[in-house]
Amino acid sequence: MARLLEVRGLTAFYGETQALFGIDFDLEEGGITALLGANGAGKTTTLRALCGAVKMRGSVRFADQAIEGRATEDIARMGVAHVPDGRGTFSALTVEENLKLGAYTRRDRAGVAADMKRMYARFPRLKERRAQQAGTLSGGEQQMLAISRALMLRPRLLLLDEPSFGLAPLMVGEIFAILGEINREEGVSMLLVEQNASLALELAGHAYLLETGAIALSGPSAALRRDETVRKAYLGY
Amino acid sequence: MEALIQQVVAGLANGGIYASMGLALVMIYQSTHHINFAQGEMAMFSTFIAWALLQAGWPYWGAFGATVLISFAGGLAIQRIILKPVEKAPVLTNVIVFIGLLVIFNSLAGWIFDHTIKPFPSPFPKFTGAGKLISGHDLGSIAVMLVVLALLYSFLRFTPAGLAMRAAAQNPESARLVGIRVSWMLGVGWGLSAAIGAVAGMMVAPVVYLDPNMMGGILLYGFAAALLGGIDNPWGAVIGGFIVGVLENLLGAYVIGTELKLTVALVLIVTILTIKPNGLFGKAVVTRV
Repeated sequence: MARLLEVRGLTAFYGETQALFGIDFDLEEGGITALLGANGAGKTTTLRALCGAVKMRGSVRFADQAIEGRATEDIARMGVAHVPDGRGTFSALTVEENLKLGAYTRRDRAGVAADMKRMYARFPRLKERRAQQAGTLSGGEQQMLAISRALMLRPRLLLLDEPSFGLAPLMVGEIFAILGEINREEGVSMLLVEQNASLALELAGHAYLLETGAIALSGPSAALRRDETVRKAYLGY
Repeated sequence: MEALIQQVVAGLANGGIYASMGLALVMIYQSTHHINFAQGEMAMFSTFIAWALLQAGWPYWGAFGATVLISFAGGLAIQRIILKPVEKAPVLTNVIVFIGLLVIFNSLAGWIFDHTIKPFPSPFPKFTGAGKLISGHDLGSIAVMLVVLALLYSFLRFTPAGLAMRAAAQNPESARLVGIRVSWMLGVGWGLSAAIGAVAGMMVAPVVYLDPNMMGGILLYGFAAALLGGIDNPWGAVIGGFIVGVLENLLGAYVIGTELKLTVALVLIVTILTIKPNGLFGKAVVTRV
């Protein structure tokens, strides 16, 4: 399979504080890769650095083009959609307006309308609430909305920042099942950041373990699941 | 009774102008949280452009349309060239830039067009209908302001660019993630504010006459309007504008006399800021610590 994302020597800073210390990782086209790690390990920072939202150094190649140093909006226009930390809902706008904004850069109106229908078919809850202010949705519904909004871009790569955060276990299961479906049916590649390691290792084919801003371990999910240190520290058995 | 109606209508006419100035302030405040102190002087300068075009023999509505377009382009250019470099700078830096712009436009207008007070024509017939209660210019300027508001509302509510502007004002980070060029949206916001201000300037100039200081008081009323309605709410600013206009006229005619009119705006500003800083329709801002 072709390599969709290639990250080399990525470092990132918040002001003077360095948060990432030269990390390398790859993502295969059509695959799901997970970045695991504890709070503060640098997972969110990695995603933010990829889309140019924090000061970074190193090389990032997406679909054979260098994207480091480009503006966030240009990276989005290249087909990288981001479901950010905290979901990034436009809370005073309606559900439908949020979805429209996801497709802001697209010019194929018929395609956008069709995608909107598909999102509503996949998440009937959103259809019921389409005219409602997005800020009034429950956490799970907002996560559905964030994922749908990102998909409206017709991305090649979906960056997911803790999609399980703050959700009830049942809802987490539902969201992860749908993410798997989207990956299989539509071939959207995903980079998944997760604290819940067992969930992430089930969904992703490949995983990297981040510890204090550096990659500590990497490999196929099945191998990481068997690894003694991962089991003890992150899976809890 | 007749005099009362006359005062109310004249108040609504002024109110439409205050509403537009308030709206122009809110458009910029919403996306940057800055009050553009140069808004009034920009509107004054636009009005001078219209005046120059009229002197050159342009028909009124041709000059009007050209002035609105030039003002839009000018507002956009000011944001792109002067304000973009200080986008991330502290508030005080921006305030100083605004004051600088105010002084620059004021002196530039005086230098180019000199300080003598000039008459500015009204495009509306001089008729005074319904027993001399309502003047043609008052009615016309209310109508023009309502058209401006309707156009702006349609733009923000029904077009993709309008939606993108609202999104960028509300959540710039998310807006970037969906590919919206947020910084350009600020530029468009400045353009629209300048265009709205230009219309307000051309509507008020036949009443207050044209000179480099004509918008000083008007901007204060506009600020009072925006605060009364809630500084982050465009439609609040509009309603606030009409309330301020009528209030000012009635108080001026029956209570305090015309000389203290401007004081009404100032008292209103202080009162709102101390008693109800979010205005009538504004949202309380809560910051998580």
